[in-house]
Amino acid sequence: MQRRVIFDNKLLPYLLLAPQVAVTLIFFIWPASQAVWQSVHIQDAFGLRSEFVWFENFTAILSDPNYVGTLRITAVFSLSVAVLSMAVALLLAALADAKIKGAAVYKTLLIWPYALAPAVAAVLWMFIFNPEIGSLGRLLNAMGYNWDYRLNGDQALTMVILAASWKQVSYNFIFFLAGLQAIPRSVLEAANIDGAGPVRRFWTITFPLLSPTTFFLLVVDMVYAFCETFGTIHALTHGGPGKATETLIFRVYQDGVVNNDLGASSAQSVLLMVILIVLTTIQFRFVERKVHYS
Amino acid sequence: MATVEIKNVRKSYGPVEAIKGIDIAIQDGEFLVLLGPSGCGKSTLLRMVAGLESITGGQVVIGGRVVNDLEPKDRDIAMVFQNYALYPHMSVFDNMAYGLKIRGVDKAEIESRVAKAAEILELGRFLTRRPSQLSGGQRQRVAMGRAIVREPAAFLFDEPLSNLDAKLRTQMRIEIKRLQDRLGITSLYVTHDQVEAMTLADRVLVMNHGVAEQIGTPLEVYQRPASLFVAGFIGSPPMNVLDAVIDPSGQGVMMPGGALLPLARPRPNDANRPVKLGIRPEHLAINEDGLDTSPVLVELVEALGADTVVYGRLPDGEPLLIRMSGLPSCTEGDRLAVAPQPGALHLFDTATGRRLED
Repeated sequence: MQRRVIFDNKLLPYLLLAPQVAVTLIFFIWPASQAVWQSVHIQDAFGLRSEFVWFENFTAILSDPNYVGTLRITAVFSLSVAVLSMAVALLLAALADAKIKGAAVYKTLLIWPYALAPAVAAVLWMFIFNPEIGSLGRLLNAMGYNWDYRLNGDQALTMVILAASWKQVSYNFIFFLAGLQAIPRSVLEAANIDGAGPVRRFWTITFPLLSPTTFFLLVVDMVYAFCETFGTIHALTHGGPGKATETLIFRVYQDGVVNNDLGASSAQSVLLMVILIVLTTIQFRFVERKVHYS
Repeated sequence: MATVEIKNVRKSYGPVEAIKGIDIAIQDGEFLVLLGPSGCGKSTLLRMVAGLESITGGQVVIGGRVVNDLEPKDRDIAMVFQNYALYPHMSVFDNMAYGLKIRGVDKAEIESRVAKAAEILELGRFLTRRPSQLSGGQRQRVAMGRAIVREPAAFLFDEPLSNLDAKLRTQMRIEIKRLQDRLGITSLYVTHDQVEAMTLADRVLVMNHGVAEQIGTPLEVYQRPASLFVAGFIGSPPMNVLDAVIDPSGQGVMMPGGALLPLARPRPNDANRPVKLGIRPEHLAINEDGLDTSPVLVELVEALGADTVVYGRLPDGEPLLIRMSGLPSCTEGDRLAVAPQPGALHLFDTATGRRLED
């Protein structure tokens, strides 16, 4: 039987909904529609006039060879961040789930990075990787490895991937740990008695039973890597050297805020939105099939 | 198939000793039930045999092999868990085949063994289903199927019927009994349910506070309980326990109210010794031969149909349970003269609670 709340006052339900609707309207629908509107206009440099240009902004972006490079970098970056942060988080969660001493301390420490602002985290990474003052950066150079992420694009990309993943590990860790703890102990014991060693148990029992968590985190981490890593990249490399670490979201900022090309920036926002919607849909349609919900 | 020997096995959690040295040798094909209240250590003992708990002291020997340091997977045992512990993401077939696949049994053999188990357990129709699509009883059968396809040296059951409703429990109990008779595999079965213990067991090990109170056949445990604990735990309604004294001649026991009950075998050496006197409710009958017994005040009558349980009180205020067959022949407020059947008295030491042997 379904339980229904009956309101005597016709207005009250709308009032109760109003704050959430207002937040969505003001902070999502309004700016998003502005972006769509701007993406089909070109403004002059001073923002005085704007002209309706149909899809000119889009054709310009998609025919820009640099944009294809940005797409490639974004793909490498996002996939690496999602896979790396999930793999590390799963490993740490599996260790934390085992009976170890000081598990509470260990868990708390692992959650800390999540509470750190991206810019602060980036400064921490700089202190590690800076070739002149960074501990690891200096060590690498002292060992004869030519490390300078300010000059070498691949090194820069590697570093932002590490930094962005590191921040997301905490989040993934919490979910994986909760997921692991939800797996009944007796199921793993049954597998042990059935003859499965620890590695086999993990891949045939634990991992499949974690699949709802893994899938959820895959979606969340992809969105994170696409959209929420701006701060990290901005603070560490400014998208450089060259365009080596310029992801879609960074270019949106670069074109819109730095280069003042609002039309192009908006068109990219819209494209980014479309890409994320497509990606998430694909994940739900094809990956979720393999997910077992108990 | 194999024997399972438990030799002076102990388990401590820090300073707390949960199992205080259990010794028992389970014969090949025997069905041993570990019976006791919750927290008595019976599940811990079973889990030590399974290898899921480390063994603090003593030895567990399965099929002549000391398995103390072996992983569960190397002990050649199969276990049925209380919550079934089926693999939720696998079909019934895969659940049963999992252990065989790991052991590298070839495909045709796996299929024939699973098919055979499914036939025995009437699971043939459900092989492609997931556990979540099965009822409790069916899940329990899958769990047993998973155990029997492996053809292990021993079965371990950890309260397998506790999650089922009363009717299904009775039915599954009979199925387990049939299955074990048919397969003849050495079995250890943990339960807190005395009916399961009495019906399934070849022998029962009654545990309390990590100690084996008694090991014996179900009837031995019922007829000659080795301690007050066993006496109170086995039998429903529980045994009446009264403070009494052996009379000066050693011919009988003196009840608190002064009534004298004759002993089947006189105990002249125990003259005047205070004892705990145990009488099962079903061994009390309304006195018809004019024996000098205390009148019992009837306080409550429970008519169960086949039986009647009378909650009475002796003149000195001690409660007394009487179980009579058939419909009630008395009502609340009546005074009954009751007497135990001859030879149905159990005497226990007041200090240790151990049985005083005849």
